Amino acid sequence: MEKRVVFRKKFLPYILVAPQIIITVVFFIWPASQALYQSVLQEDAFGTSSNFVWLDNFIDLFSSSEYLHSFYVTLVFSFSVAGLALTVALLLAVMADRAIRSATAYKTLIIWPYAVAPVVAGVLWYFLFNPTVGMMAFFLRQLGVNWNHTLNGGQAMALVIIAAAWREISYNFLFFLAGLQAIPHSFIEAAAIDGAGPWRRFWTIVFPLLSPTAFFLIVVNIVYAFFDTFGVIHALTRGGPSYATNILVYKVFNDGFINLDLGGSAAQSVILMLVVISLTVIQFRFIERKVHY
Amino acid sequence: MKHLRNLRIALAVIAIMVMPACALAAPITINWWHAHGGILGEKVNSICEGFNKSQTAYQVVPTYKGSYADTMTAGIAAFRAKNPPHILQVFEVGTATMMAAKGAVKPVYEVMKQSGLPFDPNAYLPTVTGYYTTMDGKMLSMPFNSSTAILYYNIDAFKKAGLDPAKPPKTWPALGEAAKKLVAAGASPVGLSSSWNGWIHLENFGAWHNVPFGTKANGFGGLDARYTFNSPLYVKHIQQLADWQKDKIFIYGGRTDLGNAKFNSGEVALYTASSASYAGFKKTCQFEFGTAMLPYLPDQKGAPQNTIIGGASLWVLNGFKPEEYKGVAAFFNYISSPEVMADWHQFTGYLPITTAAYELTKKQGFYEKNPGTETALLQMILNKPTENSKGIRFGDHAKTRDIMDNEFEAIFAGQKTAKQGLDDAVKAGNELLVKFEKANK
Repeated sequence: MEKRVVFRKKFLPYILVAPQIIITVVFFIWPASQALYQSVLQEDAFGTSSNFVWLDNFIDLFSSSEYLHSFYVTLVFSFSVAGLALTVALLLAVMADRAIRSATAYKTLIIWPYAVAPVVAGVLWYFLFNPTVGMMAFFLRQLGVNWNHTLNGGQAMALVIIAAAWREISYNFLFFLAGLQAIPHSFIEAAAIDGAGPWRRFWTIVFPLLSPTAFFLIVVNIVYAFFDTFGVIHALTRGGPSYATNILVYKVFNDGFINLDLGGSAAQSVILMLVVISLTVIQFRFIERKVHY
Repeated sequence: MKHLRNLRIALAVIAIMVMPACALAAPITINWWHAHGGILGEKVNSICEGFNKSQTAYQVVPTYKGSYADTMTAGIAAFRAKNPPHILQVFEVGTATMMAAKGAVKPVYEVMKQSGLPFDPNAYLPTVTGYYTTMDGKMLSMPFNSSTAILYYNIDAFKKAGLDPAKPPKTWPALGEAAKKLVAAGASPVGLSSSWNGWIHLENFGAWHNVPFGTKANGFGGLDARYTFNSPLYVKHIQQLADWQKDKIFIYGGRTDLGNAKFNSGEVALYTASSASYAGFKKTCQFEFGTAMLPYLPDQKGAPQNTIIGGASLWVLNGFKPEEYKGVAAFFNYISSPEVMADWHQFTGYLPITTAAYELTKKQGFYEKNPGTETALLQMILNKPTENSKGIRFGDHAKTRDIMDNEFEAIFAGQKTAKQGLDDAVKAGNELLVKFEKANK
């Protein structure tokens, strides 16, 4: 049976939810509606003249091969970032879970990168991999790899993926570790008594029990890679070389704030808004239901 | 006790800060948003301080707003929010955008005329102001920091390779030969690199060889101008650079001025860059270097012509009172005065904007004491500017620079030929121009 609490006074509930509603309206509904409105306009940067152009901005976008290419780049980038961040974090979490001595020190060190702002992270990686003065670039050259991410699109993509995932590993690590520690030891011990080795124990007991955490993290990571990584891109590649790392959210920033094409940029953010809405729906509708707790 | 003392000090500081404001009639505040950080930012502050001390009626308040793009975006956002600064520094590629924003901008010639202060447009260097002037000679914005593209070369490496440091290569074929010798002698791993590829190897290249960069006098003649920088001479030059990569004569240095590290680390011995990079190289290069005019293609008639500028100018925004504009005019006169301008030129490596400042610098013997600092100027005033070398003016040009960068990367990575890359860049750039024309009718 559900337990229901009913407010006696009529206005109290409204007052109580008002702060949240106001924040949502001011920081989400209002800007989002502005974006919708601007996406059907074409105006000069100063807003002194503006024309209503129906869906011209959207038509321009989808007839531009650069934009379609950007979609493809974003998919490759996002799934790679999520995949890399999840696997490395899981590996680290399993190892940290087993560590007995100075476990706190490991944990603290692994969590640190999360405190680094994306742009700063980008700059750090930039200096490591700078083709002229970077340390990593130097070592790679010693190994016979001709590292030049300013021209080689594949290398540039690898670099931004690593830089973007690096920070997210800390976040995933925290969740995985919490998830691991919530698994009752008796399950694992029982399996061990039945003769299951560590590998088998992990895949048949630990991993399934971690799946709710993992699915939650997949969605969070993809959303992060989609929307939160323009700082990394800006510091490392600026979308280049030759559009190889021009992900959607960077293009929104670049077209809107650098190139001052407000209509086109607004149209792109409307499309991104649809993407994030569908991701959220997928999370709540399908994943949350399918995963066993 | 200690708290009490701190409090007293604080009160004293406040009193000192407030007193002059009470004692005098409050001066009119003029806000100036600029994009100079670091040492240049301090220089900007000291220029404003000098102006504020020179008179009591106006107070110029400089505010650093980040990069050029950040500053422009901040200014535009402030204009939309009806709280703009009086003076906004805008980079040269934003010129057409500012011009098209009728009602947002008050042209400088108007500001100066209405102020009643003396203003002689002929006192300014035409090659510098031309970029910011209409076809009929009206000055729209006040050039402040202008530079042009020149060639830097590593004198130590030249000596090592047996090249004469007094005779840097004058033409592109000669540069190719010099680079080969440098690499062969092990004086530098690669010959040449460049910063700002679009600005130097397309925009300046066009002016230097007196070939059009676009139609309608490079865009000065109207919004219906289109790009033409895929004509054969451009293709020839860019293809040459791409081919030179195989023999290590040329290496792509990255976007903006990221390639600077290639020159000051000694990876390349020849480097095309902005004349304003001089001060930075002076500080970071642990070898002797020289400057020379940009190389040209010898079989092209009319080359070398003169090069065009980059950098930024000061735009006056609309919507202020006449007495405030008078303050802006007074400030512009102050920064154009020979002493202030010559000091700015000598300190930063940016071009002087008036003939008087140039003459003063010469008289002070600055160029003899600092060899190489006059190259940019000599190159700018080599010939009377033509339609092809006055400058360029295209809407959304910042975005076209972005397109150029991406196409350069495709060309230098071998994904496209120079012809394909430049054709694609012109096509994408012209689409922007069509859109810009439509939006600004």
